[in-house]
Amino acid sequence: MAISLNIKSLKPVVFSVPAVSTKLEFSDLIGALKVRFGIGRNNYTITPGLYKVGNPDSHSDVLVSANYKLSFDMLRKNLSLLNIWILVIDTKGINVWCAAGKGNFGTNNVVKSIRNSSLEHIVKHRNIILPQLSASGVAAHKVKEQTGFRVIFGPIQAKDIKTFIEAGYKATPAMRKITFPMKERAKLIPVDFMYAKYKLLLIMCLFFIFSGLDRTGFLFAKMVETGLSPVIDILGAFIGGIIVAVLFLPWIPFRAFALKGAFWGLVSTILLNRLFDVPVLEAIGMGLTSISIASFMTMNFTGSSTYTSLSGVQKEMKWAIPIQIAFVVVGSILFIISKLI
Amino acid sequence: MQYFKNVVTLKLDNELCTGCGMCVIVCPHAVFEINRGKAQILDINDCMECGACSLNCKFGAITVRSGVGCASGILNGILNGTEPSCDCGDGEKNSCC
Repeated sequence: MAISLNIKSLKPVVFSVPAVSTKLEFSDLIGALKVRFGIGRNNYTITPGLYKVGNPDSHSDVLVSANYKLSFDMLRKNLSLLNIWILVIDTKGINVWCAAGKGNFGTNNVVKSIRNSSLEHIVKHRNIILPQLSASGVAAHKVKEQTGFRVIFGPIQAKDIKTFIEAGYKATPAMRKITFPMKERAKLIPVDFMYAKYKLLLIMCLFFIFSGLDRTGFLFAKMVETGLSPVIDILGAFIGGIIVAVLFLPWIPFRAFALKGAFWGLVSTILLNRLFDVPVLEAIGMGLTSISIASFMTMNFTGSSTYTSLSGVQKEMKWAIPIQIAFVVVGSILFIISKLI
Repeated sequence: MQYFKNVVTLKLDNELCTGCGMCVIVCPHAVFEINRGKAQILDINDCMECGACSLNCKFGAITVRSGVGCASGILNGILNGTEPSCDCGDGEKNSCC
């Protein structure tokens, strides 16, 4: 029996697929903690490619992941006792949802990764399971057209994957809905605060120096004596806008984030005003500045939230930014005037 | 939690819809449901314009203007005279994502 074989059509498949554990090590937890504080966040990646969990064979499921190590760790820790392939695509170290929005976790990248991994030689079936949040970057029908692989969108959270698979790749409505409870909001605060640290220091230094202004010019002693109060005010505004407003996000009835921030900026400046005995003009100046800072910082949080729309943020910024600028300019001027008179 | 009302650009064309249900699967805010063989928008103000629905509707029944929706990205766009975008190019330090 002669078998005619076109040698040129054969494609060698390198079968050294790295295996990953489903147990996170202490170093993984430390790494996660660090990136939550913005440390090494631009470089917390794993090499894209095919990985295996357990002992998958040609019938085992294929899950697709971003190459942000935090995403990958969150995924694999929920795969214990499963035999599964994980196709990690190059999202430049960015998490699934952000990468999908920016196009990295997109149709073309998924198609390219499927082809590069020779997936059609590794599994007999033609299904791949993608995280639901990649759907804003991946057109399932286009992946199917171009690779023959059918995209199944899995649950939003990795912790639901086992249940999803056991139910025959069916998700409950709850698995398909993103929520934003305080615990999830809290996780986003440290990195936001760390990214603001240079702005914070700069503004604190400026106002500390401004406190030394006097009608006679600049007085070092005056700066040292009166500089603490505006610095604390500014710190309070940052804390109000980045931490408090975010923790209690739904508690403040305004829909606009800039207003939620302004509210806590006002609360902060009123509370802190009790600590220091300052002239009225200075109090008003710092008050306006605090409101502006807190408002801006909370408005910035729209980028980390799970429910704000581009149209809404643009609408909000149209009026919020001019007001924030006006408040901080007028506030600074009043502060300086209060020092000069 | 809901953001502003009546701002989003989401549109569903009932004629083109075949009731395939992809929008229901991909939407992270349960904006759609299938009713009598066609998709329907439940509460449009739950939409965050992520674009998953329109991208996965192969019948072109859904349109929405999606894009970088964070304040710093929009500011970036205004300052550089471009569409909203994060200031992260290839190999550059990306500060927001």
